Amino acid sequence: MAVLTSYFASLNPIALFRSMPGAFAQGMIWGLLALGVYITYKLLDFADLTVDGSFATGAAVAVMLIRGGMNPWLALIFAFLAGMLAGLITGLLHTALGIPGILAGILTQISLYSINLNIMGCSNQAVNVDKYNLIVSLRYLTDSTVAEIRLFITLILFCVVIIGLLYWYFGTEQGQAIRATGCNPQMARAQGINTNFHTVLALMISNGIFGLAGALYAQYQGAADVNMGRGAIVIGLAAVIIGEVLFGKLCAGKKISFAYTLLSVIAGAIIYYMVISVVLWLKFPSDDLKLFSAIVVALFLSIPYLKGKYAKKEVK
Amino acid sequence: MAEMLRIENIHKTFNAGTINEKVALAGVNLTLEEGDFVTVIGGNGAGKSTTLNAVAGVWPVDSGKIYIGGDDVTNLSEYKRAKYLGRVFQDPMTGTAATMSILENMAIAARRGQKRGLSWGVTKAEQETYRELLATLDLGLEDRLTSKVGLLSGGQRQAITLLMASIQKPKLLLLDEHTAALDPKTAAKVLELSDRIIADNHLTAMMVTHNMKDAIAHGNRLIMMHEGKVILNISGEEKKRLTVEDLLHQFEKVSGEEFASDKALLS
Repeated sequence: MAVLTSYFASLNPIALFRSMPGAFAQGMIWGLLALGVYITYKLLDFADLTVDGSFATGAAVAVMLIRGGMNPWLALIFAFLAGMLAGLITGLLHTALGIPGILAGILTQISLYSINLNIMGCSNQAVNVDKYNLIVSLRYLTDSTVAEIRLFITLILFCVVIIGLLYWYFGTEQGQAIRATGCNPQMARAQGINTNFHTVLALMISNGIFGLAGALYAQYQGAADVNMGRGAIVIGLAAVIIGEVLFGKLCAGKKISFAYTLLSVIAGAIIYYMVISVVLWLKFPSDDLKLFSAIVVALFLSIPYLKGKYAKKEVK
Repeated sequence: MAEMLRIENIHKTFNAGTINEKVALAGVNLTLEEGDFVTVIGGNGAGKSTTLNAVAGVWPVDSGKIYIGGDDVTNLSEYKRAKYLGRVFQDPMTGTAATMSILENMAIAARRGQKRGLSWGVTKAEQETYRELLATLDLGLEDRLTSKVGLLSGGQRQAITLLMASIQKPKLLLLDEHTAALDPKTAAKVLELSDRIIADNHLTAMMVTHNMKDAIAHGNRLIMMHEGKVILNISGEEKKRLTVEDLLHQFEKVSGEEFASDKALLS
């Protein structure tokens, strides 16, 4: 009893309150990554594990370019292109060489580990917010209210613009062809859609977004690290699934339901980071966070399967 | 009348050189003139669907040539051949994209054979055209344009697939046992719709069926396949006078065996 009392007494509600803006900012950056996961996992029906590598590639490219004197905004574009290149490799391994999707992603991801080390020259490179005019930074949360508001407006704009672009793109003829490819490749080919080309295209777009998210996250935390993408797919999936479970019904049937669905993915990522903040605040050991995330994702992924099984039993 | 399809001596063996080797097509020849509607019958494994898949380019043939509308398509991949073809499959799930709306499915079909760029996937003008087209089905689908196709019944999906197959007038319509998975009433409706679409658009068509009565009642020509070959090729007046007994008799005469498909006889 005394242990519990002292445990609860040691929890500081104000600390939890203070951690929320950070969770929000992180959630939005990882929300962008989750949009890419949504494209591959949901639209293309392709579990793309390239993300663990391409996220760090985007970060490495952006950080090295910024350190070399490039404008951080311009560096974002190169991070996006580097991510696209990673997606191209996975796509070609899969479509041109017939390697199963998951394995193709793993091969690219592993090779990117070496490439990322080569880009950075070592396992970790810092970008100091005092030296460079970074787009986003952890420091803006504490510097001043103006900086904090500007940080959030910037992040919100990123999310809105990318959701807008994706909403537009997946409504175009090309975007529809990608969706048809993911939904029913046999139908797509019968309607004259080059399924290989559109698979590669979708992987390039999603990995471009992973690169962009990596570049933003490196600026946010002030460094690129070769291990920063480890488990990114799990966080991305968690965001997609949380968004789907919590907001799926709200999004369905609306006129621009696809835009709402994308928004729910970002919301899912924010909620994920808020939950993580609470879990950490409850003094959950941070070493076990990845285990915690994996269990959460496994639980949510298994719900539809278990529901189906249970429903069948009832019919008997 | 122009020649629409010419199949010249095509061969296809699956799993060649293995214990599962199966000669699926052993020298198929067939020529269809513009406006021909041929029904294709035969027992299981006779090569009916395989012939349709060879024409559609699902995989390359081992030898032989395929011409559609005079163009040599033998070496064209499946998606490139699609511009010549309209296809409806046995499984109603195959012909449409379940997670996309009726509207989007039709728009995708309307762009068959065209470059897919960055213009909006469905224009306002198209919507009206599709609404009118769907109204001709008399299934109430014209009011459900934005519904996901996955919510529809098998019959409704086959009806939409038929519209999609004919929306860009194909040189050849391939119907691969497209009513086999439907209940009898729905199957009859979809068959009637197929007849109407073929007649209205003056399409050239191949229809694989297990049902001898359907094969006799529909189209102006009939071929029977056996062991990867066309063993009967009936057209004109002869086809009009044809009965199921005739067909069975002919089959036994040509193949030297009894027709081995209960499904064809009972249905």
